Amino acid sequence: MQYSFTAAVVCALLSGIATIAVASTVSVTISDLAFTPADIDAKVGDTVEWTNRDYVDHTATSTDGAWDTDVAAGQSGKVILTRPGTFGYFCKVHPNMTGTVHVAPK
Amino acid sequence: MRRSIVAALVIALAPAAACAGGAPTDPQIAHIAYTAGELDIKAAQQALAKSKNDAVRAFADNMVKDHTAVNVKALALVKKLHVTPEDNDTSRSLTSDAEKTRAALAKLSGAAFDKAYVDNEVAYHKTVNGALAGTLIPSSQNGELKQLLQTGLKIFQGHEQHAEHLAGELH
Repeated sequence: MQYSFTAAVVCALLSGIATIAVASTVSVTISDLAFTPADIDAKVGDTVEWTNRDYVDHTATSTDGAWDTDVAAGQSGKVILTRPGTFGYFCKVHPNMTGTVHVAPK
Repeated sequence: MRRSIVAALVIALAPAAACAGGAPTDPQIAHIAYTAGELDIKAAQQALAKSKNDAVRAFADNMVKDHTAVNVKALALVKKLHVTPEDNDTSRSLTSDAEKTRAALAKLSGAAFDKAYVDNEVAYHKTVNGALAGTLIPSSQNGELKQLLQTGLKIFQGHEQHAEHLAGELH
């Protein structure tokens, strides 16, 4: 009886874990004044991580003001996506650099 | 004031001004590009000393950081290539015009200074970027110098856009 009870608890836990959505990190490289890939897909709860391979500082700043991260030369910057939708973004220092994030619901 | 500064810059950056009758050489190009960056750093330092506007100060701070970074790369490259940057009429004209601009801006303060500084940054970057795209990059012989200038142009085009946005907010 104890064995079947333990097995039942484990099965219930595993079923619960299987239904939890796993958040991912989506990577974008900044090189020669361009975001690559320029267009990315993600889900609510995901993290976008920008890595700057240039020798000047950049930012990743959403056009609607929802998020903004510095991405210093040689460094990375991250944002956690909290809302679904399509978000254009740019670098505040070099606005000729643009990208888009398509965020699906969880 | 802005129109005469732009006219002076256009004349200063005409290809014939670099050397009599021909395109600028790599040592002259390196000198012009380095000088253009140094002059924008000086303009930014004046803005940081005078402006109390956060957006203008942030822009000026970016100018110091970016142009310093590009010029560090430029110096490292000319050292590696054993090229001695060569002074020339274009660099001298740029320098003289920038000194006149800084003298004129020194007489301004507050919002008047901010507008004049940012308007000049738009005009200056437009002209330097035009010279980079139209003369300095096409004339450069060395591949690494050309690549440095091409990346520099993208950076400075970003500055031009940033200055234009800022000018729109100040007017």
